[in-house]
Amino acid sequence: MAIHSIAVTVNGAKEYVDVASNLTLLQMLRESLALTGTKNGCAAGECGACTVLLNGEPVNSCLVLAVEADGAEVVTVEGLAHDEQLDVVQQTFIEEGAVQCGFCTPGMLISARALLDRNPEPAEEEIREALVGVLCRCTGYNRIVRAVQEAARRA
Amino acid sequence: MTDEKLTFHPVGKSVPRIDALDKVTGAAQFTDDLQFGPGLLFGRAVRSPHPHARIKKVDASRALAMPGVKAVVSGADTPGLIGLYLKDRHVFCTDRVRYVGDPVAGVVAVSEEIAEEAARAVEVEYEELPAVFDPLEALKPDAPLLHPDLGSYDVVPFIFPQAGTNVSNVFRVRKGDVEAAWAQCNGIVEGTYRVPHIQHVPIEPHVAVARWDRSGEVTLWSSTQSPFAQRDLIAQTLGISQGDMRVIGNYIGGGFGSKAGVSMEALAVAMARKVQGHPVKVRMTREEEFCCCFVRQGLVARVKLGGTQEGKVLALQVEYYWDAGAYSEYGVNITRAAGYSSTGPYTIPNVKTDSYCLYTNHPVGGPMRGFGMPEIHWSIEQSVDRLAEALGFDPLEFRLKNCVKGGDVIVTGMVMHPVGLSQCIEKVSKAIEWGKQEPPSAPHKRRGKGVAICWKAPAMPPNPGSEAWVRFNEDATVSVGLGGQDLGQGAFTVAAQMAAEALGVPYEWVRISRPVDTKYSPYEWQTVASRLTWSMGNAVKAAAEDARRQVLEIVARYWDEHLDDLDVRDGEVVSYKSERSLPLKNMVVYGLPLPGDQGWIGGPIIGRGKFMPTYVTSLDAETGQGQRAVVHYTTGAQAVEVEVDTETGQVEIVRLAAAYDVGKAINPDQVHVQLEGGVVQGASSALFEQLKLEQGQPVNPSFVDYRIMTAVDVPRRIITDYTEVPQDDGPWGARGVGEHPMIATAPAIANALYDALGIRFNDMPLTAERVFLALEEKKRARSG
Repeated sequence: MAIHSIAVTVNGAKEYVDVASNLTLLQMLRESLALTGTKNGCAAGECGACTVLLNGEPVNSCLVLAVEADGAEVVTVEGLAHDEQLDVVQQTFIEEGAVQCGFCTPGMLISARALLDRNPEPAEEEIREALVGVLCRCTGYNRIVRAVQEAARRA
Repeated sequence: MTDEKLTFHPVGKSVPRIDALDKVTGAAQFTDDLQFGPGLLFGRAVRSPHPHARIKKVDASRALAMPGVKAVVSGADTPGLIGLYLKDRHVFCTDRVRYVGDPVAGVVAVSEEIAEEAARAVEVEYEELPAVFDPLEALKPDAPLLHPDLGSYDVVPFIFPQAGTNVSNVFRVRKGDVEAAWAQCNGIVEGTYRVPHIQHVPIEPHVAVARWDRSGEVTLWSSTQSPFAQRDLIAQTLGISQGDMRVIGNYIGGGFGSKAGVSMEALAVAMARKVQGHPVKVRMTREEEFCCCFVRQGLVARVKLGGTQEGKVLALQVEYYWDAGAYSEYGVNITRAAGYSSTGPYTIPNVKTDSYCLYTNHPVGGPMRGFGMPEIHWSIEQSVDRLAEALGFDPLEFRLKNCVKGGDVIVTGMVMHPVGLSQCIEKVSKAIEWGKQEPPSAPHKRRGKGVAICWKAPAMPPNPGSEAWVRFNEDATVSVGLGGQDLGQGAFTVAAQMAAEALGVPYEWVRISRPVDTKYSPYEWQTVASRLTWSMGNAVKAAAEDARRQVLEIVARYWDEHLDDLDVRDGEVVSYKSERSLPLKNMVVYGLPLPGDQGWIGGPIIGRGKFMPTYVTSLDAETGQGQRAVVHYTTGAQAVEVEVDTETGQVEIVRLAAAYDVGKAINPDQVHVQLEGGVVQGASSALFEQLKLEQGQPVNPSFVDYRIMTAVDVPRRIITDYTEVPQDDGPWGARGVGEHPMIATAPAIANALYDALGIRFNDMPLTAERVFLALEEKKRARSG
């Protein structure tokens, strides 16, 4: 398997990584960079737990090859807070009781951040559509939707 | 530590979850997130492609010759049997496989890819055997026998395997005289109901990492609800002392029962034995998660229910046939729980119950949120609805009339404790505007309302214990040691609230000593049965009270005052008599200097507590009767309004109300979120879910083919509520409510569907296809 040297900006920091051709972005984040906040729930693009921002767009990082991220900017859940200040979606997830087991939470937070970046005042159904690719088995989703609504209201 | 936002007396307050910050920042470490360095190896199971076959030969020579392959383990390496209640399973199969996915061998390699490739290179020769896929077929005398050695397996005293059959347990109730009672009934309904296998679908798949040190210590990092039960069961089976077996449970990405007991974890430990010193990681793929850990058992229920014209339920005859799959980690006890709770939350004088646990060549049936109760309530609650109609009663009124009340003698002869079920029924009735007809949103749509009620007791051995410690740090923050797990249900938050309340310190001062590590953490039987708030809560409360007493004793000596005049209030020791106060800071570790240079008193404070129920008795094997079958029941009610599209069969839940008697809401908001999440899981199972098996072969083990509810599918209006009739031995009166929200949802939806369409659905799930076909059938019947 060929090895590629890539440069990728992850949560604002430039990283130089040697990756095999078949390594996914998810594996690179979790295994090469030890950024384990991004979760692996199915490795098939079906559960959304591994959602990260790739050049501002939410993607299932298990379906993106690491080499595709060469030169790109990636934001993971670890990069949402700035200067010890939580992102507003992180804050409202806590306050609205949108967190239970926490395994889908990174994917939910990233998807919510991506939505609010492109649509700061989403309607409830737009929020639901934006989160449809992230599965949650604990909360029943409505708290998560409320947390995103509240985050939009505050921004 | 600032004084801002401190929560004093946190019990009964909706404080934020103690683990929320960890989880929104990505800091929370789940088992797969742990770093093991370059010595880490990967394990992969070789699984049976056949539902039932004899293993003739396992040849690993090709796999072992592959570069990067370190070891291959097979049944010859794991001769012992494993099982929680009934030891009926080998870690790796020895002589036969009993379901598609049964592990035959395990390959250890330097990477997951190599392990996967090498697993395919292990050659297994099988001789296929006749298989059985239906519990009623499995009961027949000429059915293929899955466990010819059933009679020789180790089993706990309250489980009754029938040697020479596929029956791994049977539970009977004989109460009153059912045959005589039918004659007095003015209405009798009968039906057969079927519940398919579904899967828990935790978003985190099972993962286990094991390391077998040359010293003999064995460590297992595992995504588990049951660190202590895994320690005990795996140690027994693999011949390890419990003292040398260490299980570490980090955060868990959902469990719902699938991560209780032992499913795949022993594979990792057995593999690690062959590569001592190296950690070996075994991680389930989503496909394995669907088929090779636990599934919810299937059920065929035959119900006959009769009542009088006065509206009293008089007699119940029920047979439960559980499709327990190939092995029975928990199934035998689900069968028992279904038996001793077989009436649902009703007081019925004449009961005849036969609950059978049957081996089939299906995936292993395990515990799932509700432990048999969602499955049996599907049949009971539809039968009650039908009986109400037959006798001319409103279904909600009929339930109020017959539901269990405090002091009633229930199905097992146990006297029911005080219970707020009637209040719950009234709450959901109001929330859903029972009796008010709503117009549908379009002419081709129909609306209906339905109600269902439920009960569930913690189903466990009579004596599961909990242990806790509470330790002060220098700045008077508190570390709470416990052995139960937070799998999302909020157990750590509630434990912290209880410790703070009992100590007299603010909630924000409490830390939970996690991860649970059997080497250092206090004992906890398992995180199952909705038992932690109640059982572990009692232990934490006792430990905090013990620590508080130690503090007061020291200060009483220091001040030369009476213990009774002192209190810990808002983080300080105060005297009501002398009106003095003393901060806890430092003294809780360093003690206090006695006046006049007389030396020191006190020292590091550590309180300990435990709880174990001591009053549960056995039940007669023939009649199911006994003094006290269970510790308690949590009860509740749900009402649903649906709208059905008659052109597509699509069912929309317009609104759903749920109310439960929680004894005491330690954290009201966490009660609400348990209810919300539980009813959605219930609704998802009712409308979408079925693990489809064709001749034992799973056909939909992926999220594309096995749908669970998403953010767009869930009911928009979920109204949750609770009542608080205290539990006499619960901490502050609390009892558990983790599983219960899922129990009543499916039958409430089915009853609402009947109200809307006049069609009964005896089989789950209520997919659009099934509803549509039933509507077509009804049309044909009408025109024919």
